[in-house]
Amino acid sequence: MPKSLISIHDFSKEEILHILDVAAEFEKDKSQNILNGKIVACIFFEPSTRTRLSFETAANRLGARVIGFSDTGNTSIAKGETLKDTVKMVSNYADIIVMRHPLEGSARYASEVANVPVINAGDGANQHPSQTLLDLYSVRQTQNRLNDLTINMVGDLKYGRTVHSLLQAMSHFAPHFVFTAPNELMMPDEYKTFLKDRKIPYLETTQLIEHLNDTDILYMTRVQQERFSDPIDYEKVKNIYRLDAGMLGNVRKNMKILHPLPRINEIAANVDNTPYAYYFKQAENGMYVRMAIIAYLLGYK
Amino acid sequence: MTMEDKQLKVTAIKNGTVLDHIPAENLFKVIDILHLTQAGNQITIGSNLDSKSLGKKGIIKISERFFEDEEINRIALVAPQATINIIKDFNVVEKKIISIPESVIGIAKCMNPMCVTNHENIETRFSTIVKGKEISLLCHYCEKVTDSKNLIIKSDK
Ligand SMILES: [Zn+2]
Repeated sequence: MPKSLISIHDFSKEEILHILDVAAEFEKDKSQNILNGKIVACIFFEPSTRTRLSFETAANRLGARVIGFSDTGNTSIAKGETLKDTVKMVSNYADIIVMRHPLEGSARYASEVANVPVINAGDGANQHPSQTLLDLYSVRQTQNRLNDLTINMVGDLKYGRTVHSLLQAMSHFAPHFVFTAPNELMMPDEYKTFLKDRKIPYLETTQLIEHLNDTDILYMTRVQQERFSDPIDYEKVKNIYRLDAGMLGNVRKNMKILHPLPRINEIAANVDNTPYAYYFKQAENGMYVRMAIIAYLLGYK
Repeated sequence: MTMEDKQLKVTAIKNGTVLDHIPAENLFKVIDILHLTQAGNQITIGSNLDSKSLGKKGIIKISERFFEDEEINRIALVAPQATINIIKDFNVVEKKIISIPESVIGIAKCMNPMCVTNHENIETRFSTIVKGKEISLLCHYCEKVTDSKNLIIKSDK
C-alpha cells in the first residue's frame, strides 16, 4: 500500500517539517514541471470549491493533469455505486487521488482500496490534514519558528476539526494554548487530557479580550448557528467573538490572525488592513503546501 | 443422588470447553461472537444463574470444542471476567483467563452514525483502550471512540 495522507497522525514530526520545507521551496519557485505526464484525480463527493481549486491549482503548477468530479449528482455514485468501486476505478486511471467525502473514515477506507496514494481533502467532521499543514506553515512563516508559541484558539472549539488537528500537530512543538469559547463550545475533555498527558499548558476563557495581548497566533473559527439548539444562545455569543481593529491596540507586534475561511462576521473588515491579518496569505499558502504533499507522496520531493 | 448432583450430571461434558462467569445480560452476545449458533456441537447454555461476583451469570458448555486464545479473547469486550475451563474426561485440565486483545476486527459496530463502516460493507476495525475495568474502542476509520455502554455486537457473520 503506497503512503497516503489521511490523518495528521500519519506524518511524523520530521515528515511535517519536511513538507513545510518543500512548501517553502515551491513558494519561491511557483511553477516546477516535476509531475509532467502525471494525472491527479480530484474526486469530491460533496462540493468544496475552495479546497478543490487549491488542490487543482497545486497539481497544475506541478505540471500534472487533473481529472475528477466536484459533486456526485449526475454520476454512477448517485445511482448507487459503492465507494469501493468508484475508488478502484479511479485508482486505475490516476497516479494519486485527492478525495473529499461526507462520511468519516471514508478516506482511510479509500486508501486501503486504492493502489495509488490518497490525500484526504476532508472526511466529514473527522480530518482535513492539508488544512492543518497549511496552518503550521503559516504559523512558522509568521513567527520564524514553531516552538514555544502561544496559540489562542477562538470560537467553536467543540466541533471544529481544524482546531483539534492543529492542537495535535502543534503538540510536537512545546506550545502554550489559550481556548476562547462560549461554555457551549469549549474544547472537549479528550483534547484537554491529550495536553495534560503531554504536560502542555492551556488556559480557558469565555472572553475574547482577556488573552488578546499575550498571544502569538490568534486562530479564529466560525461560530455556526446550527451548533446551538436555542437561537437566542447563538445571538448572545455571535458578537462576543467578533474581532474588530479597535481591539488590537496592545497586542504583541508579532501577533498574527489566522482563520480557515470563509469567515462570516467574526473578523470585521477593518482588521483586513492591519499588519496582524494573515488569513488571505494563509489561504494562498495552502497551494504551496498542497504542492508539497502531492510531490512528496509521489516520491518527487 | 441429590437433585444437585443429578443436575450437574446432566450438564457435565466429557470433553470440551466450559465458559463460566459471563455477565447474564451478555450471554447471547458471547454466543454470537463465538458463532455458536452455527456450531454442530452439543451445547448447554445456562442463563441467570446466581453468582457472588456478578449477581446473575451465564454459563456455556460446548462439547468437543477447544478454542484458540485469539478466538476466545474476542469475548473480552462483553465478558472480561469470564473463565475458560478445558475439560478432558470430565476433569478440568486447564483454566484460562481472558486477556484483552489489542485490536478488535469485525465484531463490534462503530457508534458514530457518520462513520463510513455504517454505510458501506466494510469490516470494522478498532484498537482497544483500557481504563480500569472499562474497555472502549477507537475506530480505525472515523477515529471516534465507542465506549462499552454503546457497544453493539455485529452478529451478521
Ligand atoms: Zn467509526
